[in-house]
Amino acid sequence: MTTKAFQKIYTKISQITKATCSLKAQGVGYDELAVIDGRLAQVVKIVGDDVTLQVFEGTGGIPTNAEVVFMGKAPSLKVSDSLAGRFFNAYGDPIDGGPAVEGTEVEIGGPSVNPVRRKQPSELIATGIAGIDLNNTLVSGQKIPFFADPDQPFNQVMATVAMRAKADKIILGGMGMTNDDYLYFKNVFSNAGAMDRIIGFMNTTEDPAVERLLVPDMALTAAEYFAVQKDEKVLVLLSDMTSYADALAIVSNRMDQIPSKDSMPGSLYSDLAKIYEKAVQFPSGGSITIIAVTTLSGGDITHAVPDNTGYITEGQLFLRRDSDIGKVIVDPFRSLSRLKQLVNGKKTRADHPQVMNAAVRLYADASNAKTKVENGFDLTDYDQRALDFAHDYSEKLLAIDVNLDTTEMLDVTWGLFAKYFKPDEVNIKAALVEQYWPK
Amino acid sequence: MATKGTVRGVIANMVTLKVDGPVAQNEICYIETGGDKLMSEVIKVVGENVYVQVFESTRGLKVGSQAEFTGHMLEVTLGPGMLSHNYDGLQNDLDKMTGVFLKRGEYTYALDNDRLWKFEPIAKVGDKVRASDWLGKVEENFQPLKIMAPFQLEGEYTVRKIAAEGEYRIIDEIAVLENAKGDTVSVNMIQKWPVKVAMTNYREKPRPFKLLETGVRSIDTLNPIVEGGTGFIPGPFGTGKTVLQHAISKQAEADIVVIAACGERANEVVEIFTEFPELDDPHTGRKLMERTIIIANTSNMPVAAREASVYTAMAISEYYRSMGLRVLLMADSTSRWAQALREMSNRMEELPGPDAFPMDISSIIANFYGRAGYVYLNNGQPGSITFIGTVSPAGGNLKEPVTENTKKVARCFYALEQERADRKRYPAINPIDSYSKYLDYPEFDKYITDRIDSNWIGKVNELKTRLLRGKEISEQINILGDDGVPVDYHVTFWKSELIDFIVLQQDAFDEIDAVTPMERQVTIVDRVIDICHTEFRFDTFLEVIDYFKRVINLCKQMNYQLFESEKYFEYEKELKALLAERKTA
Repeated sequence: MTTKAFQKIYTKISQITKATCSLKAQGVGYDELAVIDGRLAQVVKIVGDDVTLQVFEGTGGIPTNAEVVFMGKAPSLKVSDSLAGRFFNAYGDPIDGGPAVEGTEVEIGGPSVNPVRRKQPSELIATGIAGIDLNNTLVSGQKIPFFADPDQPFNQVMATVAMRAKADKIILGGMGMTNDDYLYFKNVFSNAGAMDRIIGFMNTTEDPAVERLLVPDMALTAAEYFAVQKDEKVLVLLSDMTSYADALAIVSNRMDQIPSKDSMPGSLYSDLAKIYEKAVQFPSGGSITIIAVTTLSGGDITHAVPDNTGYITEGQLFLRRDSDIGKVIVDPFRSLSRLKQLVNGKKTRADHPQVMNAAVRLYADASNAKTKVENGFDLTDYDQRALDFAHDYSEKLLAIDVNLDTTEMLDVTWGLFAKYFKPDEVNIKAALVEQYWPK
Repeated sequence: MATKGTVRGVIANMVTLKVDGPVAQNEICYIETGGDKLMSEVIKVVGENVYVQVFESTRGLKVGSQAEFTGHMLEVTLGPGMLSHNYDGLQNDLDKMTGVFLKRGEYTYALDNDRLWKFEPIAKVGDKVRASDWLGKVEENFQPLKIMAPFQLEGEYTVRKIAAEGEYRIIDEIAVLENAKGDTVSVNMIQKWPVKVAMTNYREKPRPFKLLETGVRSIDTLNPIVEGGTGFIPGPFGTGKTVLQHAISKQAEADIVVIAACGERANEVVEIFTEFPELDDPHTGRKLMERTIIIANTSNMPVAAREASVYTAMAISEYYRSMGLRVLLMADSTSRWAQALREMSNRMEELPGPDAFPMDISSIIANFYGRAGYVYLNNGQPGSITFIGTVSPAGGNLKEPVTENTKKVARCFYALEQERADRKRYPAINPIDSYSKYLDYPEFDKYITDRIDSNWIGKVNELKTRLLRGKEISEQINILGDDGVPVDYHVTFWKSELIDFIVLQQDAFDEIDAVTPMERQVTIVDRVIDICHTEFRFDTFLEVIDYFKRVINLCKQMNYQLFESEKYFEYEKELKALLAERKTA
């Protein structure tokens, strides 16, 4: 960071906490960036002459006489087509050894899209994974997280989805991502020959935690450039948003804010919504789709982070290891895509909505039957058939290693219905049964 | 001279100003920064320091920036020309804004001053009028709108002049009023009203009693809401709150529907923008959008305006109620509004109440719900605001401040349940925990007796009792096993499943099943109760399960058919034959 000659240099810091510094300064704007002892910081509080700065790298080693220079602008990113194929740190500086990117400088965390200028999302994103395409269809312009425990293969599934989705650009925002996972993503992308479509903003576990607060806004500012200026379909992957929220909690704690549920700041909902709501379908064809990861602790979705996320995003995808088939499946009960009805039966075959619901209902019957077994009761013939159905359904459709197109998925499901049930047991409109029930 | 202020401090959207004159609590001021004027509202005054919440982003705001006070609270501008418009939380017309992105400091006018309206006088020269009395009418989207005496008028005035029938703009003078002291008031079609003040321009507010049909069976039949009633829908995410709210706003028998999208997803608002202009109002056959006003403050729009948005929506509803119209106000979600209050209270470093919400959250919620209701206006005409709010309880736990405080004031409670949603039993309204206090109102009993049948409430209660009994038996079966309970337990359980599948479950995405008019609901309830009263012959519980699945399937197929169509009667015949198979005596 270079400083300009006419800028005033302050050298008297009055207060230092682990994440913030305060000093007396005049003419400072809210949200403005500053450089303090060579580190980037941002104005988070102004009371008269007292200015509080949030130091992204942490304050360790900053002396009270450190040089502070205000930069007169909010954090920004230079956007242009040459962002494609590059990897950056949380400040937007290259980490791939390449040159700095030239382009138009745009402040990150910019304004929201006017809701009347949005278009209703209506384009299906096919992933080949039936647990997603059949039961929880994704739509471009949607925002949806994986809710997963840290030991689940969410990054692998996300990489698969990203590679199969027909996106013009894939932007990866890594927050507290392990270096191994970062290299994994890089590897998958380059093996698929997709490097020219990828942009990465990385904050790994080796980087300071507070820095990752910049990552989603950086990624989404780049996404807005391609979606608005170039009318491209952009897929943004954010992993992991729980680490992001943890960083928010650290900062609010250092600023003596009263924490609300689970030590999270009271503004958590608005903070997360500002990010996720950047997902949008524009009438011009450009779109931003956000697939994120929210790691859970022991599957607890009542924790403030997954809970607030669930209210903001358009559904959530749950991964679960199914002990019957020994594979990871997309849990049909707890997963949900709120936008699926915009494409199901419209962009896909007409029987899609009813087939999907019937299969999940029967799967629920199987889970009741399982409870009966656990409690030591006899199973009825129907219970047994439901259990057999559930096994096949998990194996052939819910498992994440499935790769089918939607019509095949529907045919497989009808096949399973016919194998185990009578038409009046599946509760589907008679006209559809007539047409699709395998003879 | 207007009071001026100078910025002293900034923390997110809370700004401290030093002022040079008098200011009022909740007064609006504009802070100037980099050429933008940021609208703000006074929330606390300490000596010469005034704390304001800014309705916009404060990025770049500096100490020393100037602010100008307006002398009034946050107001809405009311008049003909609001229907089918999309406003933000501060009543800016979103369609009039330029560009894809919302620009800071861009404020657009809510009405259209150039459009001509066909005006017909109601009042005559010499008539005595008071505030809100009807002076004339215009028609907008086939709704008869009233042009009223100014809401702020004090005491009695005499009409000195009234415009003749003809075409006028909203800014044209349509009447001149004069009081006993000789003060005259020129009246046009525009009214202004501070949103946080309740309009009390009516003669009385009786207990509401008229059924408000929503077409949703688990509401109309089981826990009905009434015109001017209040209800709330709490539910964890993913249980279908928004689908249910949209269904109600599409189908309810109201003249005007105001939807406050408060801190929720933008795509949900887009869904309304996209679908409502295409969909028909099931009661009038006109397009739904024609009777709808949307107040959109989506979750990424500034937090302070989120709080304002529900008040803006309420003030607009009150305006239409004063014209004798039936208004339905939906707010999704009131929890987001409460969270906006929490964020501000936190920044002001107030001592927090439960879950860090401000201490007065209960009175804020109660006052807001209190503004809804069925009223008789000063001229004796009825008007109503039915208010239904959703609540998004943190972690799905209903023991949190917003849910608990709302429960104290709302008369209908529609508890959405995760378990029902997981099993795809939509709408996921728990039939046992939910309630409508209106079922206990003798006024409602009389109304329903006159229109449906004198034993209707008896039938509804029977359905509820059977559902509860069914739940108890299912728990017993879980403990004792299918063989561990007598066969008639299974029969009773499956009769409750019949009620669940046929009366409660409804497919919001099926063209026919989505809306059930009351007339059809009555036949469904009668049929189901009839089956419940029938004695059947069974030897084993397996026979029971198999048989009832077939009964449910046929009843469900009937629900999917056009009412009393050929197919419908075919299924009915098939059902009768099936019932005859096992009927005893």
